[in-house]
Amino acid sequence: MKTLEELMALRDAAKANLTARDDSTELTRVVVGMATCGIAAGARPVMNKFVEETAKRNLTNVTVAQTGCIGMCQYEPIAEVMVPGKEKVTYVQLTEEKVARIVVDHLVNGNPVVEYTVGAIAK
Amino acid sequence: MYRSHVLVCGGTGCTSSNSQKIIDTMNAELKAKGLENEVQVIRTGCFGLCALGPIMIVYPEGCFYSEVKVEDVPEIVEEHLLKGRMVTRLLYKETVTPEKIKGLNDTNFYKKQKRVALSNCGVINPEDINEYIAYDGYQALAKCLTQLTPEQVIQIVKDSGLRGRGGGGFPTGLKWSFTAANKADQKYVVCNADEGDPGAFMDRSVLEGDPHCIIEAMAICGYATGATEGYIYVRAEYPIAVARLQIAINQAREMGLLGKNIFGSGFDFDLFVKLGAGAFVCGEETALMTSIEGNRGEPRPRPPYPAVKGLFAKPTTENNVETFANIPAIIRNGADWFASMGTEKSKGTKVFALGGKITNTGLVEVPMGTTLRDVIYEIGGGIPNGKAFKAAQTGGPSGGCIPAHLMDTPIDYDNLTAIGCMMGSGGLIVMDEDNCMVDIAKFFLDFTVDESCGKCTPCRVGTRRLLEILDKITSGKGTLEDIDKLEELCYYIKENSLCGLGQTAPNPVLSTLKFFRDEYIAHVVDKKCPAGVCKDLLSFSIEADKCKGCTLCAKKCPVGAISGAVKEAHTIDTSKCIKCGVCMDSCKFKAIIKK
Repeated sequence: MKTLEELMALRDAAKANLTARDDSTELTRVVVGMATCGIAAGARPVMNKFVEETAKRNLTNVTVAQTGCIGMCQYEPIAEVMVPGKEKVTYVQLTEEKVARIVVDHLVNGNPVVEYTVGAIAK
Repeated sequence: MYRSHVLVCGGTGCTSSNSQKIIDTMNAELKAKGLENEVQVIRTGCFGLCALGPIMIVYPEGCFYSEVKVEDVPEIVEEHLLKGRMVTRLLYKETVTPEKIKGLNDTNFYKKQKRVALSNCGVINPEDINEYIAYDGYQALAKCLTQLTPEQVIQIVKDSGLRGRGGGGFPTGLKWSFTAANKADQKYVVCNADEGDPGAFMDRSVLEGDPHCIIEAMAICGYATGATEGYIYVRAEYPIAVARLQIAINQAREMGLLGKNIFGSGFDFDLFVKLGAGAFVCGEETALMTSIEGNRGEPRPRPPYPAVKGLFAKPTTENNVETFANIPAIIRNGADWFASMGTEKSKGTKVFALGGKITNTGLVEVPMGTTLRDVIYEIGGGIPNGKAFKAAQTGGPSGGCIPAHLMDTPIDYDNLTAIGCMMGSGGLIVMDEDNCMVDIAKFFLDFTVDESCGKCTPCRVGTRRLLEILDKITSGKGTLEDIDKLEELCYYIKENSLCGLGQTAPNPVLSTLKFFRDEYIAHVVDKKCPAGVCKDLLSFSIEADKCKGCTLCAKKCPVGAISGAVKEAHTIDTSKCIKCGVCMDSCKFKAIIKK
């Protein structure tokens, strides 16, 4: 290591791996329902896809967490996206493909994918 | 990329209550559930709440589990990490309210703390240099080497108002400037990690939780003072700290953060760990350096001060672990930031190791000027078992006690000196109504008699005579004249001893005499120990009307001093009684009294 720039690059790379430990309220939280119903419906690959996609795009302002039963078991896998200062968006019947699109449209560009939300599907 | 991080405390306290086994079990359980690529288990340094160890924090939820046992691990993995349901029964009680789960920083223990020296302890993995760098590590060193001159670095440390955290409180920037001013072919930096006070574990926790921070600070000190080599003198009784320091030094060398031409600046610096054998006197700077040189650890007269003639007779800067731990943050955030915390003459924060009769035994860091009341009642959770606070000992065997009526004194160097105590390195031992202050003074004298190196007579002989007088008083043979002699001898030892050990050894006697003279008088005049501690002044007896004749005490008595028929009042034969107190503890009717 010979320069400050090298050190800062190393810091940014190392910091990206530690987003999970950031407990500030500024972060966008993605919460995946992981009760028995969720796991049975395939919530595990869905959650892993969220983790993988956010890491790939270096979204250090997003944490992915799991929670228990959200209460609408027939719509599992369910994930809630909470952007600070905005209303919570609930996505239902998720698949890995849907997750990839949610990450790009909603988490990167800020446009919720309306057609995957509980409002659109549970009509 | 791991979605969840499980931080398990790997400090000495939690390690001794099995945290390593918890980590191993957790890794095995994660593997069995196929979660090993999703969840990362990290062994950190001390979280501070040692009383409730082993401690575990699970992120991203930030949920704080306390008193975790190996048997609880499968449940945590199954319920929390697999299914996302916190294991409520293991949560730190303070964080659980009927409405919601509170954040850790909202609990009484953490709310009033301000972590500077301990900022990374319990946050990062101390064995991974990348995590230290992620939390802005080595930026201060880079800034010094690439943007600041040595004079500017010293000026920042001077402006910050940082004073030595080892006890004396000498201004750190001034100390650095003395070494810098001396020309020599070789200069040294020494870190004093010979933490010897009974009940103190601040330095150990910093070394265990954040070793890179000390390395970075020593390199900065080397640059500022013109030294190219440093020694960390750490006691061999701290195996975890020694191991992590060595790992950290090796990692820093591999990355070129120690060695030749650091950050391309032409500055060379390397570090070595020197193990101490645990002599208390080696915490004194001249004795410490003599010990590093390979000689018997004995102090020598000053001047010449280490800044002129220190290690291997070369100019040397010697600072305590906690002093160094503040340096990187001061360089990164500026002198004004540091000087904004604390009181007029004592800037920044101070780490205390809370021990003795206190609910939250552990490690806390508070801004200078926080009152003892806040530290003990707000952060420390008060005195257990509803007992009354009597006094707190600061500075270990070199310090003095703060009695209850001075609890609202803001803690800083000058206030403590004014009431006859000293800051010391930061051990804070809390005593309640059941502690006898004469006995406390005797305890510390017993320690200094053992630890006196024997080089100078006032300390070697004087402390022994002090202990003999204290023995006489606690065994009921003392006279009022003895108290006067005791006091006179204290002042004599303070004035005539060679080094800090002897000069401060009488402090526990003097401060207990100052605040609790009535207890000394009770021992010599009434031949009573008011707290019921000094065995020679005690007698146990059974109140006949309360005794139900259950025979339990007679069965428990190890010397058969209690006799009596079943269902009739028992009696104690005081000539056989060894005053162990077992009968009193076992009696269900509170019939046994101690006088």
